[in-house]
Amino acid sequence: MLRIEGMNTHYGASHVLQGVDLDMPQGRISAVLGRNGVGKTTMVKTIMGLVALSAGRVAIGDTDITGWPPHLVARAGVAYVPEGRLIFPDLTVIENIKVGEREARNGRGRKWPLPRLLELFPSLRERSANRGSQLSGGEQQMLAIARALVSDPKVMLLDEPSQGLAPLVVRELARVIQLLRDEGVTILLVEQNMKLAEAVADELHIMVKGRMVYSATPAVFRAEEDQIRARFLTV
Amino acid sequence: MSTLALLLTQTVNALSQSALLFFLGVGLTLIFGLMRIVNFAHGALYMLGAFVGYSIAAWSGSFWLALAGAPLLVGLFGAGFELTILRRLYRRDAHAFLMVTFGLALVVGEAVRLTWGSDALQVAGPPALSGVVFMLDEPFPVYRLFLVAIGVVVAVAIWQFLERARLGLLIRATSQNADMANALGVDVKMIRSCVFGIGCGLAALGGVLAAPLVTASNGMAATVIIDAFVIVIIGGMGSFLGSLIGALLIGFVQVFGNYYAPDFALAFMYLVMLAVLVMRPGGLLGKEA
Repeated sequence: MLRIEGMNTHYGASHVLQGVDLDMPQGRISAVLGRNGVGKTTMVKTIMGLVALSAGRVAIGDTDITGWPPHLVARAGVAYVPEGRLIFPDLTVIENIKVGEREARNGRGRKWPLPRLLELFPSLRERSANRGSQLSGGEQQMLAIARALVSDPKVMLLDEPSQGLAPLVVRELARVIQLLRDEGVTILLVEQNMKLAEAVADELHIMVKGRMVYSATPAVFRAEEDQIRARFLTV
Repeated sequence: MSTLALLLTQTVNALSQSALLFFLGVGLTLIFGLMRIVNFAHGALYMLGAFVGYSIAAWSGSFWLALAGAPLLVGLFGAGFELTILRRLYRRDAHAFLMVTFGLALVVGEAVRLTWGSDALQVAGPPALSGVVFMLDEPFPVYRLFLVAIGVVVAVAIWQFLERARLGLLIRATSQNADMANALGVDVKMIRSCVFGIGCGLAALGGVLAAPLVTASNGMAATVIIDAFVIVIIGGMGSFLGSLIGALLIGFVQVFGNYYAPDFALAFMYLVMLAVLVMRPGGLLGKEA
């Protein structure tokens, strides 16, 4: 569904992404793990068009979206849940969601209309008139997902969604991510929280210094976990 | 004139002055809120609005047509300027904007002088509003009451537009985080062109409405741009409500200052600004600077 080939990205003189390849099958959760600063967030931003890529290709389904500006990437069906959530602080919960809302494609009804989102996230319904800045971290995370989901995306990019959340909220997050996958959304999950990634992902990838160095299913990963951790993940 | 009548007429005077100032300040603050740039050409576009309005009124014989047409034309001009020139500068530092919008102010000023000449032009207000009404037995120009009314209408319209309309929501979202709005499918470039155009159109609306009071002249840009900056700074840069409060404050300070202490009227405005900035460095409704 989402395919990245040879993605290279530079920030000034530093060569952040050095040829990332990733092929995400439709309706699956692909998790990308890696230490701080290996380029995970840059990869997500580059897919979104927020950071320019210097070489490589990005495609969603059969559509080549390489070099597209962010709003067209979004309209092609990619939804973005950024690191730090980036909720609009002075907009209400409902208004935050409405920013992501778009006309239904080719006349079909929308899959995730506002009422359904509020059903999925009851805490947001209770706080629907509150401003984004008044929400807790967990509520903001759910709002960021709802805001992304309202566009009825094919692919959702989740960047460090568990950051700063209490264990109970992370469990709720895991439930939501799996529910979205079961509804047919293809998910890219970038995480430091290995437990969450292992629990929900269908495929695990490990990034080191701007490249993917390891890919496996969670079962295989678990069998090799101690070695893998020592080689790629622990500092 | 009784004290009460004096107070009443001066208050309505101040409100009408505030309305004119608001048209300038609100556009400036909307543009700043969205793009983090100060539009130095705002005063020049206000002046352009007055002259374009003069020509439309002279050609058609209708002030009302001028009132609708001048803001529209200047607004389109502003959107076109954003689309062709300003748009190229967003990745650069803020100085580029100062230089380019200052340049636009000079070009517009000179173009106005070449097109309409250096003499002040008398613009007749609409005949229906040329009379006076009596307030507490004192005559008062209907036109100034009309300014107050249109100020209220425009303020409510902009407020409702920002709060209720889809485009208003997208403008607010983009002002808060342009990259995030962009990544949610909002065409941020289109929003910027729209807002720059709307801001310029509002400045022109102020110009057309001011013309019957002060005549259309080459000097009108320089005086109002300072007022507009003061309003925006007092209210808090980027705040709609702040620009409204700032315009009211400065309108009252100018009118009452001019009446009671004409020699110090100009100083009062800056004193108010100083006082606000000492108490709240980001302006009354601004984020802390």
